[in-house]
Amino acid sequence: MFGTHGTGDTSGYGGLVRTPASTGSSERPYGSYFDDVADDLERAYPAFSDAIERVVVDRGELTLHVKREKLVEVSKILRDSLKFEMCMGVSGVHYPEESGHELHAVYPLLSITNNRRIRLEVSVPDNDAHIPSVVEVWAGNNWHERETFDMFGIIFDGHPGLTRILMPDDWQGHPQRKDYALGGISVEYKGATVPSPDERRSYR
Amino acid sequence: MAPRWIGMGLIMGLEEKLPSGFVLTTVEKLAGYMRKNSLWPATFGLACCAIEMMAVGSAAKYDISRFGMEVFRASPRQADLMIVAGRVSNKMAPVLRQIYDQMAAPKWVLAMGACASSGGMFNNYAIVQGVDHVVPVDIYLPGCPPRPEMLMDAILKLHTSIYDEKLGPNREAVIKSVEEAALNALPTHQMKGLLA
Amino acid sequence: MTTFTDPYSSSRETTEGTVFSVTGGDWNELVTEIGATKEERIVVNMGPQHPSTHGVLRLVLELEGETVTEVRCGIGYLHTGIEKNIEYRSWTQGVTFVTRMDYLSPLFNETAYCLATEKLLGITNDVPERASAIRVLMMELNRISSHMVALGTGALELGAITPMFFAFRERERVLDIFEMISGLRMNMAYIRPGGVQQDLPEGATQKIRETVKEMRKAFKDNSTLLIGNSIWIKRTEGIGYLDLAGCTTLGITGPVLRSTGLPWDLRKTQPYCGYENYDFDVITTDTCDVYGRFLIRMNELEQSLRLIEQACDKLDKLAGAPVMVADKKIAWPAQLAMGGDGLGNSLNHIREIMGTSMESLIHHFKLVTEGFRVPAGQVYAAVESPRGELGAHIVSDGGTRPYRMHFREPSFNNLQSTSAMCEGSMVADIIGAVASIDPVMGGVDR
Repeated sequence: MFGTHGTGDTSGYGGLVRTPASTGSSERPYGSYFDDVADDLERAYPAFSDAIERVVVDRGELTLHVKREKLVEVSKILRDSLKFEMCMGVSGVHYPEESGHELHAVYPLLSITNNRRIRLEVSVPDNDAHIPSVVEVWAGNNWHERETFDMFGIIFDGHPGLTRILMPDDWQGHPQRKDYALGGISVEYKGATVPSPDERRSYR
Repeated sequence: MAPRWIGMGLIMGLEEKLPSGFVLTTVEKLAGYMRKNSLWPATFGLACCAIEMMAVGSAAKYDISRFGMEVFRASPRQADLMIVAGRVSNKMAPVLRQIYDQMAAPKWVLAMGACASSGGMFNNYAIVQGVDHVVPVDIYLPGCPPRPEMLMDAILKLHTSIYDEKLGPNREAVIKSVEEAALNALPTHQMKGLLA
Repeated sequence: MTTFTDPYSSSRETTEGTVFSVTGGDWNELVTEIGATKEERIVVNMGPQHPSTHGVLRLVLELEGETVTEVRCGIGYLHTGIEKNIEYRSWTQGVTFVTRMDYLSPLFNETAYCLATEKLLGITNDVPERASAIRVLMMELNRISSHMVALGTGALELGAITPMFFAFRERERVLDIFEMISGLRMNMAYIRPGGVQQDLPEGATQKIRETVKEMRKAFKDNSTLLIGNSIWIKRTEGIGYLDLAGCTTLGITGPVLRSTGLPWDLRKTQPYCGYENYDFDVITTDTCDVYGRFLIRMNELEQSLRLIEQACDKLDKLAGAPVMVADKKIAWPAQLAMGGDGLGNSLNHIREIMGTSMESLIHHFKLVTEGFRVPAGQVYAAVESPRGELGAHIVSDGGTRPYRMHFREPSFNNLQSTSAMCEGSMVADIIGAVASIDPVMGGVDR
């Protein structure tokens, strides 16, 4: 009786359309410095269209979706020729509905010389969650990749020491995946219990 | 020695006391008085509550050295009170237990903050839902984080309960009766009709 | 062979050799035991509970005599699962979780989260100017309180005890202002998506100005104690060296990066919340060591005071302006006031929603129970927290709850540099180096 079924939209207006992660690509001109970045990248890396699956410009930010085999090459070129010296880490996202591309790893990059920001995104399937490690390009990603492995189960090939970093070393499971329960317990009050946040009735 | 507080009054009433149970009573009060007046906390600051604990320890406004407690002993061997200040994650729980075991008796535990008392707002896979799952707690202090004045109030309440602690056979009797009461108590989920 | 009989401090044999546990008071026995093993290198565990490590950080040191040959950090002892928890809370409730990540700079966490949410909503330009000015004011006050803890605890760990008292005394002044404005000293959840929770009370700017004057005088206490102090300089100069190449490859920002000479400060280079309209300097030193970072933090205090005064001037000019975005479908409907039983919805607001406007009632109800909807997409917004660049990467699927929220915490990156900074130095220098990085374990572990 409680809990959400279907869309969970109780407004009566219906039509809560859950948009899947965008699969489209933006078209040129991208606007602001994104065209320069795309052109420089194409110039420095002729096999550009081979490696970059999609280019998305949304809300003033540029996202390059890269094939995982070419990730290290593209990263090296972005760091050396386009001067994106700093990588702000790796962020994992789990989209269980996108079969074949469930796990995404997002790398925000920062160029201090040119004062620019872009984002790299790599998507891998659940049953083959391997991404080459970029620790040799940006050493600061060492712990970030360990955290993404710990939380999502993405294995970074070539990482110098891929172990759990936030959870205890013998923990089973990868907590931030969508199929991992929140793990809360219901709280007992006098005469009532409040269920844990993932089991409460809630609006979506 | 003019009596200045209750304990002193008892000592002054020496000749009126009966021999049986008399010696044990005053030794208990004396021991309790000594123990509560120089309770040394062990540093177990974990998260946000630790900052409020540091404010109690070092800010001039909320100085706990008036109770003799500003020496936060780093080594648990020299500490009496463990103030668990902050959220205890599953990874930290064995460390917490080891520090507690390394403290020498008599020792007390103050669960500071909502996260230490019950898991607080973090009802999930990573946080122990209350440090009483790991160590026996003597006093719980709610708040997120509790103000320094709240921490001092909890410490003072703990002082009064330490003062009233019994020794020897009296202590065993108290422990037994508390256990009996806990075993026969009504569980929380059966306490109906109290929500109004 | 062992002289220890303590269950926690007996030595035991392992495949790596003998493992000793030191518990205090038994140093002589330990030294004789180690001398007997003829080992030059020992591995020391500065465990998660230690007075000198900033919070629950585990440092595993491999020592050869007094020199450190390897140092590794063990983190995760404060992992709270905040990022997963937020996926089950509405966008506004997320602020209360996010504020507890880096608990020394809660307002910066909130601002990064709110800037990212506002970017997703597309209302970045609709946030009222008064709200942005209040955000700047609160953030700079938070910067002062965070630097005070950094300076106080850093000095304490290196043996200087008095600066700790002075630092916490100043911090109490800032916390009083926080309490006056938001009701709480720490973890306020004051900055919400769309603006701030409520306006400043009467006389707030006047009180802030007086406090600024007092703080300017009081900061001299700490600076006369430490700057130029030969013991302090000996303990901190040349320690924890990390140059620009090391910083960029490790992704380090904040005072550590500015101590290499690079004036990279997001408030100047990629301004947010109207920082481009304020007048302040970016402090750098070029010694790349602990002393340089200490000087940077001390001088940033003065810059923060300047910013606070300018923000107060702006707020006085904008008196009466709204502090929440105008769109009622997003704006948090909190017109709070002090009542007989504490802080709650003001009676005017209740009169309005119950008596006059059905729409306000509906908005209030829907916003509090369901929360507003944020269009799908992903965004990364960064602010300059006292420790470096704090970035929020938020993914929305169009619903009332964040789909994924990941924080790029500066302390997480900065802590990786302990190995680079400390290997080859002495044990005592590790304390100084870690103190200069100023990690906050709540942010590192989230």
